[in-house]
Amino acid sequence: MKRGFALALAAAGSLALAATSFGAAQAAEITGAGSTFVYPVLSQWSSAYHGMTGVQINYQSIGSGGGIAQIKAGTVTFGATDKPLAPSELDQSGLAQFPVIIGGIIPVVSVPGVQPGQIKFTGPLLADIFLGKIKRWDDPAIRAVNPGLRLPNAAINVVHRSDGSGTTFNWTHYLGQESAEWKQKVGEGTSVQWPVGIGGKGNEGVAAYTRQIPNSIGYVEYAYVIQNHMTYGLVRNKAGHFVGPSVATFQAAAATANWKEFPDFFQIITDAPGPNAYPITASTFVLMYKHPKNAEQSADALKFFKWSLEKGQGAAAKLDYVSLPPSLVKQIEAYWAKEIK
Amino acid sequence: MTDSPLSAPTARRRLARGSGGDRPFEAVVALAALTVLVVLTAAGVSMFLGGEPAFKAFGLKFFVSTDWDAVNKQFGALIPIYGTLVTAAISLLVGVPASFGIAFTLTETAPRWLRQPLMVAVELLASIPSIIYGMWGLFVFAPFMAAHVEPWLNDHFANTPLLSDLLTGPPIGIGMLTAGMILGVMIIPFISSVMWSVFTAVPAHLKESAVALGATRTEVMFKVILPYTRNAVVGAIFLGLGRALGETMAVTFVLGNAHDFAKSLLMPGNSIAAVIANEFTEADSDLYRSSLIALGFVLFIVTFLVLAAARLLLARLQRIEGAKV
Repeated sequence: MKRGFALALAAAGSLALAATSFGAAQAAEITGAGSTFVYPVLSQWSSAYHGMTGVQINYQSIGSGGGIAQIKAGTVTFGATDKPLAPSELDQSGLAQFPVIIGGIIPVVSVPGVQPGQIKFTGPLLADIFLGKIKRWDDPAIRAVNPGLRLPNAAINVVHRSDGSGTTFNWTHYLGQESAEWKQKVGEGTSVQWPVGIGGKGNEGVAAYTRQIPNSIGYVEYAYVIQNHMTYGLVRNKAGHFVGPSVATFQAAAATANWKEFPDFFQIITDAPGPNAYPITASTFVLMYKHPKNAEQSADALKFFKWSLEKGQGAAAKLDYVSLPPSLVKQIEAYWAKEIK
Repeated sequence: MTDSPLSAPTARRRLARGSGGDRPFEAVVALAALTVLVVLTAAGVSMFLGGEPAFKAFGLKFFVSTDWDAVNKQFGALIPIYGTLVTAAISLLVGVPASFGIAFTLTETAPRWLRQPLMVAVELLASIPSIIYGMWGLFVFAPFMAAHVEPWLNDHFANTPLLSDLLTGPPIGIGMLTAGMILGVMIIPFISSVMWSVFTAVPAHLKESAVALGATRTEVMFKVILPYTRNAVVGAIFLGLGRALGETMAVTFVLGNAHDFAKSLLMPGNSIAAVIANEFTEADSDLYRSSLIALGFVLFIVTFLVLAAARLLLARLQRIEGAKV
């Protein structure tokens, strides 16, 4: 009886072994690395895709900078970055670039008595607060755009990211567009020399600091606003409306942004012109070789992204990400056909 | 100690004569000891080489500049060095008296049944991962500091010269004082366990003689036990200091990670280890990455200097003590 059991176990074991080796021979493995922002949705997509096709996507969320370095070194099939590369830099390395997902960056505050969506900001106002020029919540400049809102006579505690981040890149890019002084004094980048404030590590760090420190203001990705029920502010867009963050306003920004004018989708969608467009959106971009060494793997990766962009909206929405509008997906597919061999 | 009838070298020689298996064993342990030197040198050299582009680009300015600007590629180490030293100093102010109290209680005054549980509790402090200290610091301790301690400091020290600069500021709970205090708790087990073991190793007849001469417990501690164990106690403190200088995760959570030079201990600052942990993943230019590695080298040097200073201090103390006799 015992021996029979052992035999059965051994047989099952060898069967399992055979199955895995068969699987490995059949299914391709795609490797990618980069942006931590895109990781949750990418892993949802890849597990669903793996279930359907058996293709394994191995993604390491090492940060955008790391993703760019890895794809340039040729160690991965695709890299992902929150900071798009300029066409000239792409050409140097023979890379193609396209967006896969959109997110929004939201100013969040914790001011006693202020509820989510009550406080309004303009771009120059945010820039002046983060420059340390506006120091108190009851500053006339803040009160001018927030008539009727009770604001305390208290110092503003600015919270920013302490680690390098694509979120910071997009945020500082927006502030630079809105304020010449910001552009000249601080500039834009994944980490900058902040004139004021304290630094939290990661979106979760900024969210935690902002929630805990009274009279503070920070900036986080949309998902953190939803999950932590944070007090977000409305931001004035190009059309002059104060809009709050939502899937609809991000999509409006992505749809009204004119992608055709920008080769390799090299565009940071801040201050999109649509009347309902949220002004501070960010996209995550995928980098791949135009003439890959391993054409088969590259084709597999494109199939995966095609499926994700066309069918992955549900998974993205569940995680509070915004999928690309269909018109943009069509442009991306045309770009693939033209550029990636 | 050297007047024991069988001093250490003699004992070694006698043992070596009889046992043939000693030489291979000695070679193996010598190799282990040598590995320490090799690894240490290799780590120092590789950090120096990694940081060389930054040292070349900024020269000595790297050590005195308060800049840390990735956009304009200007890097200087002064603020992280300052933050590292200040938080470590606060941690000693908190950790050393507490550790001494623990060790004193354990060896002298605590009832026997309490000693074991106390020992275990102290050792458990050491086994808590530093990220847990960081999260506890951020979610529990920092709000406590912001709500109770820092307003009290602001109320009581506003007009005290010297201290008003150090101990008043915006009560946000996150900053160098909070970080230093958490570090202080973290180094308690390291310091107190060494203190405890050397205090118990003091020969009973020394203590008994002092008691027989009419000394109180406190006098025994300060006049007999502490002088007798001074080397080990100073060693223990510097073990704790070494840990405080290099601690990363817990500090990152509560220090505020701001590249600002602030006089007030309530203000956020930055430390070398925290900067490296925060910024390495996204350091997108060679000079940026090199500057971070150079910071690692600076921490190496700072720790080395601190330990060297401790040795010197100890040697001086011994000479003064020797002159007295």
